[in-house]
Amino acid sequence: MTQSNKTLGESLREHGISRRGFLKFCAATASMMALPPSLIPSIAAALEKARRPSVIWLSFQECTGCTESLTRSHSPTIEDLILDTISLDYHHTLQAASGDAAEAARTEAMKANHGQYLLIVDGSLPGPDSNPGYSTIAGHSNYDILMECVEGAAAVIAVGTCASFGGLPAADPNPTGAVSVMDLVKDKPVVNVSGCPPVPMVISGVLAHYLTFAQLPELDQYHRPKAFFGQSIHDRCYRRPFYDKGLFAETFDDAGARAGWCLYRLGCKGPSTYNACATMRWNSGTSWPIESGHPCLGCSEPRFWDAGGFYNPLSVPTTTSGGTLLAAGVTGAIVGGAVAALARKQVKAEEADRQPVTVDELEQKL
Amino acid sequence: MSRLRGIPIQVDRHTDPVHERGNALPILHEVRHALERLIATGEGTQIDLNAIPFGPGDVDRLTAILGTGEVSATIQALGPTLIQETAIPGVWLVDYHNSEGERLAYHIEIATTPRILGAQPEDLATSIDALDARLQSGSGDQRQAS
Repeated sequence: MTQSNKTLGESLREHGISRRGFLKFCAATASMMALPPSLIPSIAAALEKARRPSVIWLSFQECTGCTESLTRSHSPTIEDLILDTISLDYHHTLQAASGDAAEAARTEAMKANHGQYLLIVDGSLPGPDSNPGYSTIAGHSNYDILMECVEGAAAVIAVGTCASFGGLPAADPNPTGAVSVMDLVKDKPVVNVSGCPPVPMVISGVLAHYLTFAQLPELDQYHRPKAFFGQSIHDRCYRRPFYDKGLFAETFDDAGARAGWCLYRLGCKGPSTYNACATMRWNSGTSWPIESGHPCLGCSEPRFWDAGGFYNPLSVPTTTSGGTLLAAGVTGAIVGGAVAALARKQVKAEEADRQPVTVDELEQKL
Repeated sequence: MSRLRGIPIQVDRHTDPVHERGNALPILHEVRHALERLIATGEGTQIDLNAIPFGPGDVDRLTAILGTGEVSATIQALGPTLIQETAIPGVWLVDYHNSEGERLAYHIEIATTPRILGAQPEDLATSIDALDARLQSGSGDQRQAS
């Protein structure tokens, strides 16, 4: 598949889409890009002339949750996105071809669109110093495929926390030596769309931004688009007024939880997490974790798997119970230091006791 | 979305005043400023409600305060777009859906008429040719009938 010469405007008119339909498409695109509706005329003018980019999607050490997320993106639907606005030339899960034919499609698209295609990666990959056998495709290591595809790419979009920051595969003790895309790619622009999985409309929104403006969006210190990751969950949370009033749920079934009070003391990582869940929501805009009564896990932040218990409040040491912390707070900083020492001792003891499991032992158990 | 609606569980939207979070009030003030601008300069405003961090029941509270006006319309283009005038003249709710009934965007538009409702200049450019084609086709049919 090669890059189409038709603009998006020409393509939509050929499909009999009226100007009203086009304006509606632009309104949905503005909403998806987290841009104000006042920019709809500018978006319409830019989209009218936009040409659909070629996209190559590589999946490495991942769970396919990111693709599952994208295929549930409703603005526009994935069918619209794939057929009308991007040319998805290679994607393991979605493409019909397999084996040599699939690899040939990738090579052909890379050649035809050299220097212009978008490379999307989900999943982390074993680093150059790791055993490449942990993850291979068609007999080639993830590292070799990434470097081959990066060479002719206009930009790289790392979708999901695994591709952005290493994610679950890189969680301690990181058995595969997993690294993120930006650990390896230094000579091309890298956009991190983190989240486990990312909000589907954020994935689409980044693609739509590139399609509309032919450039990548403004990024934060972790290479994440500021339009979606510029504000913390806490700052955009509808429960924030309860935090400000000091009204907290203490358990999942107390009166505070039923009244929808702040989930900070139940471990909510909203104050240290930057993502668009509070406005974009999930499942076609139905709800999002905090609205469903569960604290934010902080899944769009680096090393969130190793950041301590999901249900420990942010200010609590990660390996101590709430009761221990309370005691430490009452008796002062000296005891607080003792708690930290206790935690370190506990971690060391667990490390010393850890018994590696061999393949033979696993097979015996199975 | 239709399958989600099929699940026989309803979310408690907490529409009673006890659960009022105050998230609707700032938007109403923004609407008021936009109305002043519309009256003074004729400049319209669109507010994307999807971009506002509303809690359960906040949108319902907002639309209840705005009320229902005289005009409602449906546009069928890439799925239905539902337009409803509120009880405040010049304040409209524009609800964009795709062909599967999923909401794409939800705007409050402060304007004399929502932009998407009027005939579009780009479509008008082709309207005479379209009518001429129908006239020719219609006269051809009449000649065949006689």
